Amino acid sequence: MEPIVVNNNFKSEEYFINMGPQHPATHGVLRLLLTIDGEIIKKVEPDLGYIHRSIEKMCERDSYQQIVHLTDRMDYLSSNINNEAVCLAIENALQLEVPERVKVIRTIIGELTRIASHTLWWGVMGMDVGAFTTFFYGFRDREMINDIFEETCGARLTMNYNMPGGLMFDIHPNFIKRTKEFVAHFKTKLPEYDALLTNNIIFQHRTKGVGILTKEDAISFGASGPVGRASGYSCDVRVHHPYSALDKVKFKEAMRTTGDTFARYEVRIEEMWESLSIIEQLIDNIPEGDYKVATNAVIKLPKGEFYQRVETARGELGVYIISTGTKNAHRVKFRSPGFSNLSLLNHISVGSKIGDLVAIMATLDLVIPDIDR
Amino acid sequence: MAWLNNSILEDMGYFSDIYQGIKSLLTGMSITGKYFLNFRKGSITQQYPENRETLKMFERFRGEVIMPHDENNEHRCTGCQACEIACPNGTIEIIWDRQLDEESGKKKKMIDKHIYRLGMCTMCGLCIEACPTDAIKWGQNFENSVYDRKYLDRILNKPGSKLMKGVEDKE
Repeated sequence: MEPIVVNNNFKSEEYFINMGPQHPATHGVLRLLLTIDGEIIKKVEPDLGYIHRSIEKMCERDSYQQIVHLTDRMDYLSSNINNEAVCLAIENALQLEVPERVKVIRTIIGELTRIASHTLWWGVMGMDVGAFTTFFYGFRDREMINDIFEETCGARLTMNYNMPGGLMFDIHPNFIKRTKEFVAHFKTKLPEYDALLTNNIIFQHRTKGVGILTKEDAISFGASGPVGRASGYSCDVRVHHPYSALDKVKFKEAMRTTGDTFARYEVRIEEMWESLSIIEQLIDNIPEGDYKVATNAVIKLPKGEFYQRVETARGELGVYIISTGTKNAHRVKFRSPGFSNLSLLNHISVGSKIGDLVAIMATLDLVIPDIDR
Repeated sequence: MAWLNNSILEDMGYFSDIYQGIKSLLTGMSITGKYFLNFRKGSITQQYPENRETLKMFERFRGEVIMPHDENNEHRCTGCQACEIACPNGTIEIIWDRQLDEESGKKKKMIDKHIYRLGMCTMCGLCIEACPTDAIKWGQNFENSVYDRKYLDRILNKPGSKLMKGVEDKE
């Protein structure tokens, strides 16, 4: 006779479940291996590599001008800031001083990129926690920025507008007018964002006290960008190591101390206001001058190691180039903000529910091609 | 008595949550309702296939690389291969030959085929930036879907086309 197995239905049991790589809430091909007990998360293990394109290896093959367009494909929502990082690293290595006009235009376009990225994040964040309206409202405002980019750079997402020594071509005559229109338009829309989502009590219940990251953990995990600043860790590269024209403008670093999901949300909303103020300070006094300085057709960096850090919409991006003096880089390493921010996902989401995990991931603002490269 | 006070407070929190929930719901609906009533004013969507005639892309729009020809079927490409070297993806391939130039009587570099593989192109614009004679430029076409991948390989110079007179390699 077979022994009778008595199942105790009241005893909880840990089990394993996949989230992604095609899950709509993971924003791309991120696969999370969840160990859960009912709804309670016991362990989160990210599984990477689904969109790995060996960009760092391709950078060793390509010339320095050709590297720039590859960085578009890393963090595609802040592609212009990525391009700027590589260009700044190459220019620093060559000790090339770019004209003031280039610096100002780079900063304006960088801040526009940041707003575009944050509006998309805001829309998707709302959708992740169950508000569908935000998705369309976020995209409506982002569309205006995309039009500005399309008119000046020729492309909407992968611009490749920067090149070592300056810009590919001068700004379009309509650029200043359109940017001013956008700033005026967006200033009336940001209060709407607050009324729609920030002050919504359901949204606040979903986000407050969820996924708390302390300042010590933020530093030890290498968190940067809004994720670090929401925990009270002052880590804005634009403040501490200003590049391009950012030393000429005054702006406040958006900071919170609670470190929960709602704090990360608030930091990004405040950053949009600060970006608007940076654009307003610069847009009226773009200096006259050349839009690029001539470089050699074949750029050869001097022998040595070069590092440049910039603040993308997601955090600190570092570009590390080792040159042996030839026309190709010996090694290029990108320190991507998404990778470090993903590493703390397990730490802050253990003990919360699956619905909270979606909200936590939304405010980490992960872009998967940035993590995999 | 302490547990009673706590439960009363929790109850009040429960009702105030309902009140707050309805209030924030109405705030949100007043904003979306405003857009709903003024749908003619702020409409930003386009009826795409219907507005093809009026739809115009920006002049710098990067659709595909084209080689303009004038009315005599002449282009400006000298076959210097600067675009081929500048391209990061091997999108462009130029097949060239030295042919006798009628004017000078010397042998000169002429292109046979300027092959452009749209399927491999990342629209980075480095080829157009590199071209010394402005032979290639961006086309405005963005409807590039075809039934087979082989149709994406294009020969940019038209059959029987020649180099425009007066266009010289700067090197």
